[in-house]
Amino acid sequence: MTRILDVRALRKHFPIRRGLLSRIAGHVRAVDDVSFTIESGETLSLVGESGCGKTTTSRCILRAIKPTSGEIRFRTESGTEIDLAPLEARQLRPLRRQMQMIFQDPFSSLNPRMTIAEIIGEPLLVNGVIDSTARTRRVEELLELVQLPSAYLNRYPHAFSGGQRQRIGIARALALNPSLVVADEPVSALDVSVQAQIVNLMLDLQDRLGIAFLFVAHDLSVVKHVSHRVAVMYAGRIVEIAPTRALFETPRHPYTEALLSAVPVPDPRRRSQRIVLEGDVADPSDLPQGCHFHPRCRYATEACKTETPPLTEITPGHSVRCIRATELTLTGVPAQ
Amino acid sequence: MADPILSVQSLNTHFFADEGTIRAVDGVSFDLYAGRTLGIVGESGCGKSVTARSILRIVERPGRIVSGSIILRRSNNTIVDLTTLPTDGAQMRAIRGGEIGLVFQEPMSSLSAFHTIGNQLQEAVLLHDPIGKKAARTKAIDLLAMVGIPRPSQRVDSYSFELSGGLRQRVMIAMALAAEPHILIADEPTTALDVTTQAQILDLIRRIQQERNLAVMLITHDMGVIAETADDVVVMYLGKEVERGPVDSTFHAPKHPYTRALLRSIPSVLAEPRARLATITGSIPHPFARPAGCPFNPRCPERMAVCETTVPLQYDVGHNQATACHLYAA
Repeated sequence: MTRILDVRALRKHFPIRRGLLSRIAGHVRAVDDVSFTIESGETLSLVGESGCGKTTTSRCILRAIKPTSGEIRFRTESGTEIDLAPLEARQLRPLRRQMQMIFQDPFSSLNPRMTIAEIIGEPLLVNGVIDSTARTRRVEELLELVQLPSAYLNRYPHAFSGGQRQRIGIARALALNPSLVVADEPVSALDVSVQAQIVNLMLDLQDRLGIAFLFVAHDLSVVKHVSHRVAVMYAGRIVEIAPTRALFETPRHPYTEALLSAVPVPDPRRRSQRIVLEGDVADPSDLPQGCHFHPRCRYATEACKTETPPLTEITPGHSVRCIRATELTLTGVPAQ
Repeated sequence: MADPILSVQSLNTHFFADEGTIRAVDGVSFDLYAGRTLGIVGESGCGKSVTARSILRIVERPGRIVSGSIILRRSNNTIVDLTTLPTDGAQMRAIRGGEIGLVFQEPMSSLSAFHTIGNQLQEAVLLHDPIGKKAARTKAIDLLAMVGIPRPSQRVDSYSFELSGGLRQRVMIAMALAAEPHILIADEPTTALDVTTQAQILDLIRRIQQERNLAVMLITHDMGVIAETADDVVVMYLGKEVERGPVDSTFHAPKHPYTRALLRSIPSVLAEPRARLATITGSIPHPFARPAGCPFNPRCPERMAVCETTVPLQYDVGHNQATACHLYAA
């Protein structure tokens, strides 16, 4: 396997401006020292509650926004590794087609005035596929890939259901054969019965095309069905990253344990013993000292209030940001 | 079991649009009991929210209740059919919020940004019980404390935008309970919230239900939430009640092919990593393109000829479980 993406010490701080002169009164540390890698053909999920920085991280990687510091090392088609973080718009343009995005809302992400052929064909046109028959052929190929009849070519988005629209969004993302696709909550706006179809489609496409996915989601059940590895974020930092089975079955960070215990299990005979977290998610403009999670942590000690734990690998591929990681025995959710 | 506090019988709520009639709620019946939670589950367009709005008589035009009854046993032990009351009349206004509390999905858009939460709570208290401003403020603080808002005597003067989503939903619950209703209708109360906050809110609803012996009607699309909270379940599809029964039977002995397919297709934290999901073919039909016969027949793996022509009746399948499916015709 080849490494597609290598993110190192990524930071994104947004200034808070106040007063008449818009002086900088502080910073929202939305992403604060995030590092991870993605291999080709792999799905890494970023999970966490709203405001944890998972979407900001994905937007930095796509360079929709410029990170404050850190490296985003991306392996291009030609096999060279380029750090995307410092690049200007002009330098990024040739790289953009290699990284694509699938959006959450299939209703607002498709232009209602364009036909399906135009929507899926636009990235081709922009990237130099001028010949219209070649373009139509490719669009038909893409429709087949996402299992939509090619008879739909000249219809407009309003004629499609949410699930079909999401297929169109996926076809558009795949038009230029990207090696990395960022999918931000791609199934959370869909009905359950349709969600399953899209999850399966993403698994199939990955097997066929070897795409790497960065999957941003809050729903841990969906994450379990799509990911090879999972990174849990809290207040701008990765607190735990591990292969999917290890993360769900033997979590090592108290926040992961609490998050897993809060997921409702579709079985009334297993009404869970939830760990109800007190209080709210830490405010990224006013983060607590020490471990950001300590005010809500049931295992916190005095040391947690002052020591900032580093992300430490405790078993191969399983890293945790907790000073008590090796001494605690936490509860996960075993596969049935 | 005691008598139901609210009984919905053969409810039909239709929308009369220019393009045709949408049968949003198409013959739904169920009972609510004190101290019990009825879960109503279904995907978009199944009519679960319109059912709730019908009970509260807040169905918007061009929709209206076409037939059926909604029998409420009032606190003074009289019986009233809500479908016969004028929507804006004094009686209905006393019932709405007074005897039936309501919690919506969107706590941000349901609270005013121009009034403090204390003001809004006081208004809710005074509307149903004119105890005077001072006493109402004290009660507002008590309500905030009851729903677990820290430092309630200070928070009473904050505005909704100063609160997090979880706290806002707690305020919504406090408002719904201000007039001490016997019934709480919660329409997707946790859908906009994170899982950890969702767990807090579901625990809160459960605790208050126990304290006040409330009848709760919980509307959701999330089978996990149903499994965690409901005593009884109604599964809806395109306005029809396809299956009804105790929660354990719904999950462990589902009868309707839709319920079975839905349960198989939900992602679960208990699954093997990267396990493919069972799918239901096709998608939910547009309400104007509703199939003849059983509404689920085009997607049903067990479709028979009769399903394409005849709407199935509700069949009793034992242990308080019933299903609308031709497979169970005797």
